[in-house]
Amino acid sequence: MDDLVYFDNSSTTMPYREVIDEVTECMERYFGNPSSAHRLGIEAERKIKTARERVAKLIGAIPQEIIFTSGGSEGNNTAVKGLISKGDHIISSKIEHPSILQTLEALEEEGYEVTYLNVDNRGLINIQDLKSSIKDNTRLITIMHVNNEIGSIEPVNDIIKTVRGINKKTKVHIDAVQSLGKIKIDVKKLDVDLMSLSSHKIHGPKGVGALYIKKGLILKSLITGGGQEMNVRSGTENLPGISGFGIAAEIIGAKLESERDNIFNLKKHFIERLYEIDKISINSPQDEFHIDNILNVSFENIRGEVLLHALEDYNIYVSTGSACSAKKSNHKNYVLPSIGLKPCYIEGAIRFSFSYSNTIEEVDYTIDALKKILSFLRRNKI
Amino acid sequence: MKKLLIKFSSEITLKGLNRKTFEDTLIKNIRAKIGNEYHIKKEPGRLYLDSYTDEVIEKVKDVFGVIGVAEADVVEKDIESIARAAVEQLKSIPNVKTFKVQTKRGDKNFLLNSVEVSTKVGGIILNNIPEINVDVHNPEIVVNVEIREDTYVFSKEEKGQGGMPYKTSGKGVLLLSGGIDSPVAGYMMARRGLEIVAVYYHSHPYTSERAKEKVIDLAKQLVKFTGHMKLYVVSFTKIQMEIIEKCREDELTIIMRRFMTKIGEKIAIKEGALSIITGESLGQVASQTLESMYVTNNDINMPVFRPLVAMDKIDIMDVSRRIGTYEISILPYEDCCTIFVAKHPKTRPRLIDILESEKVLDKDGLIDEAISGAEIIEIK
Repeated sequence: MDDLVYFDNSSTTMPYREVIDEVTECMERYFGNPSSAHRLGIEAERKIKTARERVAKLIGAIPQEIIFTSGGSEGNNTAVKGLISKGDHIISSKIEHPSILQTLEALEEEGYEVTYLNVDNRGLINIQDLKSSIKDNTRLITIMHVNNEIGSIEPVNDIIKTVRGINKKTKVHIDAVQSLGKIKIDVKKLDVDLMSLSSHKIHGPKGVGALYIKKGLILKSLITGGGQEMNVRSGTENLPGISGFGIAAEIIGAKLESERDNIFNLKKHFIERLYEIDKISINSPQDEFHIDNILNVSFENIRGEVLLHALEDYNIYVSTGSACSAKKSNHKNYVLPSIGLKPCYIEGAIRFSFSYSNTIEEVDYTIDALKKILSFLRRNKI
Repeated sequence: MKKLLIKFSSEITLKGLNRKTFEDTLIKNIRAKIGNEYHIKKEPGRLYLDSYTDEVIEKVKDVFGVIGVAEADVVEKDIESIARAAVEQLKSIPNVKTFKVQTKRGDKNFLLNSVEVSTKVGGIILNNIPEINVDVHNPEIVVNVEIREDTYVFSKEEKGQGGMPYKTSGKGVLLLSGGIDSPVAGYMMARRGLEIVAVYYHSHPYTSERAKEKVIDLAKQLVKFTGHMKLYVVSFTKIQMEIIEKCREDELTIIMRRFMTKIGEKIAIKEGALSIITGESLGQVASQTLESMYVTNNDINMPVFRPLVAMDKIDIMDVSRRIGTYEISILPYEDCCTIFVAKHPKTRPRLIDILESEKVLDKDGLIDEAISGAEIIEIK
């Protein structure tokens, strides 16, 4: 594992050692049901309480506003379906995660009206567009904080301010799965109503996440039963996962400030060195509109999937920015066309996504590998 | 007392002096599937299992060479006992309106001949089950009576896979891709008793590891019938790159096919096999025209079996669904054939042109290198 270069941190992250230890310890020692009346139950409940405090702290919430879920997709589903009722209008964007887009499409079939905002070539929605889309019956605006493909940072502050000035009944949900631990979030300053979080994107366990629900806001629950998680999300709590998430939140919260410059320099260096390679296009430049953790690059006339497999030979792991095969229509990329990228660039898009533990040396190693691979792949027409 | 009666192909019983070998292989193949704890009794054209479970029945049905299985009552060798079992069996099947009795008398010492047995047993059935009639031409249920060393009565027969016992017809190398056709071709030849060694051409980094996983899954599905299989994973990237670099674009496919078949032949020789099997169907795609097949065949000296050559795609798909490979085949991972295709491949290549084009390639060197680097996976 030592010489593994993992640049696919927006897909998932390697769990922190401390997280693994916590999960193991919870499975060994805190197996009690948090709802049980006996001592084991109370100890388990205390674990969850601590985790809730830790996750709340990371986004400036109070613990009672945090509901643990199975992950980002469940958070998104709960936020949308738990809030709206017949006759409501919803606003979103064209580049949301499938767990939002598919949910909204299903709601449209049920008769709900949904407006999908366009994005510009940086992947950002336009506030004027938003303004003119808000109607009397607009109940929800759901927007991602950071786009998972190109790392665009949506203007969430402006979005929320705009909405508040127009319609008091409209609630705002932010999908913060990609921004958590990378951008400082303060739900109080932001004045957001709902926010989805995921554990495994911040080096926590998979299968766990959280939904921030602003105090006073009531959601219908999608899963009914024993009334766990303040009646929003029934089911015996995933204690090892939740507790591991808490640990991850605490660790990444500390790194958020201290590592910011490192990750900035990493992307800067990467982009500089990429310009040593011919026929590339940076789809996520280093500016205030894009997050430093994501670098989306197109290699002209190369199939992204082929490049991905070739990088594997160098023990370098990345994602393609585009669906590899037309047959896989359900995974077809819709984000890159939305920012107006030409087809010959969409095919060859690769997403490098960084964690705080990636290094400049890994970037240099990757550039060398890319040069070798591209000289091989580009010697032919296919 | 009940026994499981296993019928096997009449082709096996007609094998003359080789019959014993065929029957022994069939028994061995059945044992390989169900384990050694079951006692298998051999009689002409029949095998019997003294004890069995539902799972055993299912497994036996999937052994090539088995044409049918039936749960038979073993009864005393007298008309009353035979008729009693027949009546019980018919009563256990709901709403039977017509039947006939069919008797085989292997034991010639039995007093009545087969027609007399059928008539007597039929009469007793008519007397004991109201509203049932005999229909000798098109009965709903055939009550089978077999008077041999023991006496058997059975009315419900389930179809088996048919074909010939696996490994009784030599060995062949199957060119296995991730598509729908080639696993079906392999299945059909294996069903005729041909032992299969599979070859898959992998084009890393142009095809994903998942494409290879998919082929392994397909091989595992075939192994449910054959018991085990050797799979060669041959890296094809270098060959493809050489062809792309040095040959005409519209000849890529046909030259690739010739390489694939030639590698197949070399592996066949190494494995002691005498044939190649492909999933080609006449006219299905550019590489499957008669001209293409002619040019591909010309390169090798062993029979190329194309069991699907005269089948429609829709019929091939039916078989693939029946044998459980369809759901795996339609997973969307590309294989090397779908990535490296020219826009307009030659559909009528001429041998003389292709031989000329290939001259620029070090064919033997490339092929030897590919084979020596092959990964061999034992699929069980």
